[in-house]
Amino acid sequence: MIANGTRTHEPLVRIAKRRERSRAELILLRAAAFLLAIVAGGAFIALLGHSPIEVYAEIFKGAFAGNKRDPLSAVKQTLVFFVPLIVTSLGLSLAFRMKFWNIGGEGQIIMGGIFATIFALYSTDNPGAIPSFILLPLMFVAGALGGGLMALLPAIFKIKFGTNETLFTLMLNYIALYFLKYLVSGPWQRTPGFASIGNFDKSARMWEIGGFHASLLVAAALVIFVHFYIKKSKQGYEISVVGESQPTARYAGMNVGKIILRTMFLSGAICGMVGMIKVSSTYTLTEGITGGVGFTGITVAWLSQFNALGMVLVSLLFAILQKGSSVMQTSLGLSADASNVLQGIILFSFLGTEFFTRYKFVFKKNNSKEKE
Amino acid sequence: MDAFINFLYAAIISATPLLFGTLGEIITEKVGNLNLGVEGMMWLGAFSGFYVAFKTDSLLLSLVASFAFAALGAALYAFLTITLRANQNVTGLTLTTFGIGIAKVLGYAMTSVTKQPQISDSLNQKVSALNLPFLTNIPYVGKLLFNYNILVYFAVILSVLFYLYFKHTKRGLNVRAVGENPAAADAAGINVTVQKYIHVILGGGICGIGGAYMSLISGNGTWHSGGVVNGYGWIAVALVIFASWNPARAIVGSLIFGMFASLQNYVPASVVTLPTPIYQMLPFLLTTIVLIITSIRKSKENQQPASCGLNYFREER
Repeated sequence: MIANGTRTHEPLVRIAKRRERSRAELILLRAAAFLLAIVAGGAFIALLGHSPIEVYAEIFKGAFAGNKRDPLSAVKQTLVFFVPLIVTSLGLSLAFRMKFWNIGGEGQIIMGGIFATIFALYSTDNPGAIPSFILLPLMFVAGALGGGLMALLPAIFKIKFGTNETLFTLMLNYIALYFLKYLVSGPWQRTPGFASIGNFDKSARMWEIGGFHASLLVAAALVIFVHFYIKKSKQGYEISVVGESQPTARYAGMNVGKIILRTMFLSGAICGMVGMIKVSSTYTLTEGITGGVGFTGITVAWLSQFNALGMVLVSLLFAILQKGSSVMQTSLGLSADASNVLQGIILFSFLGTEFFTRYKFVFKKNNSKEKE
Repeated sequence: MDAFINFLYAAIISATPLLFGTLGEIITEKVGNLNLGVEGMMWLGAFSGFYVAFKTDSLLLSLVASFAFAALGAALYAFLTITLRANQNVTGLTLTTFGIGIAKVLGYAMTSVTKQPQISDSLNQKVSALNLPFLTNIPYVGKLLFNYNILVYFAVILSVLFYLYFKHTKRGLNVRAVGENPAAADAAGINVTVQKYIHVILGGGICGIGGAYMSLISGNGTWHSGGVVNGYGWIAVALVIFASWNPARAIVGSLIFGMFASLQNYVPASVVTLPTPIYQMLPFLLTTIVLIITSIRKSKENQQPASCGLNYFREER
């Protein structure tokens, strides 16, 4: 605030905080952001010499329209993109609520995948040793444990020494990735010359219910769990308080260190489950296990402001873009990477409009003596 | 001896794009902005540099284009984080997604099934190793000092200049103040917003030149849509930590990373045989250890600029 009467030079435009917007206004603002993204994306497509309407229609068709034999085939594949993304976002959102920058989703997914694969390989080497109804839950727990432990490491160093968690978790992504590369091209390699560990035994493959992976149910359960954990549980409340202000949490008698450790373990464990879901749905463990969702999940969680339902919507949108674009590449000859461009444009416009929920521009009045 | 010289030589060649990326990110972080979009900006630079080289046959124009295109990406990031105060991590990650997307889409449009776009022989000649009369022919020293492509020298000189800038000029000191404590810098009359914009955009452009290095030199002048930059942008982000935000140490740091990258081709199998992925993991392991040690020692010298990652809002002081 510039006090009246001082000779401070007032800039042409300045930024001030605004009152909180109503729910309806917020929804309108998001809709405007989305519209802006569609238009900007369309302009980009037009610049490349394609018809935006044709491309959008093709993406939509590619994400939903199945073939004659299986009308749901495209939907199923879209869900294959959707499930890992939503689960990762849910996991990461827990840490972010605490203002703990867990950029390590990639590494936690990889570790979860590796832990789950240990059991899958055992079962593949000894077919029938463990029945599927025991093996899959076992892999699930192993995956969660792998991801959780991976996330615990930076949390411990953060509490003990204040080690920067953004950079630490980022580094752990690479360490996990190269460890994975070592495993699939070394001790776990099955086909000489190829970084492949072969296909899992049937008992280690994700159950299918009516052609849909059972992991969809896991994702749904996790959406509900995270929603109520944050909104209704004491632990969820503690996360929010630590995120708001650590001194406040301490003053209220909370054990901040314990809360950070617990939350990071849970955050990593949920990401680890993604690793298990990926290996059991693709029947193998490869270098491309994450598909980049460890990074995309960060943006999804942030855009949805850690709201579980919001994450479902954004993940669905990104899944549609990804699946649809892969079809569009063959039909229209525009690179499937266009999905990345569109995704980026959507994110940019959301990030930009976010500003207007909290701030406003104040233009310099002609009569500079006028009060605010 | 020859093998060792060759090893160092290969290390320096592969270290140079990392040096550009690291230097760019250091400049960005010095004003308190953590830009995780280095990979995206390098892709933008890789594409635009390649495209202009392909069309105009001019190395200078190609480098200018790579700088400008990546700087444009950085400007978008700057506008969102500095003016609109969007979250830096998320905006940077988005810039990576977006930059890779743009580069691949435009690159794909340039490629046809029958023909991979390739830069001309004369331009290839310009970016190949220098051959100075007399100097290059000095045994050992000649190869080690006077036989690189011109961009290697450019990267080193640029790093030294920025080291001097941050360490010994008043302006550089002001910039560091912005990164350490923007409120205090603001109170001291430094225009925080302008300094942030200048350095974020400058840093992004330098990352872009690193991208052009990768498409013109590392990629042998052919556009490979599969992976021109290939994660080097992420390594650069790691290297910033390793170099402890010091442009001079970035030279040493990227050289060490480059050595690790070339090591496996030069260590005789009779000495030690480590699997390739383990060699590739070593630099990241080393960086993590450096990160932990600096945090344990709490050495003020080697830390990230204090305000890095946080946006500055004057009215929230």
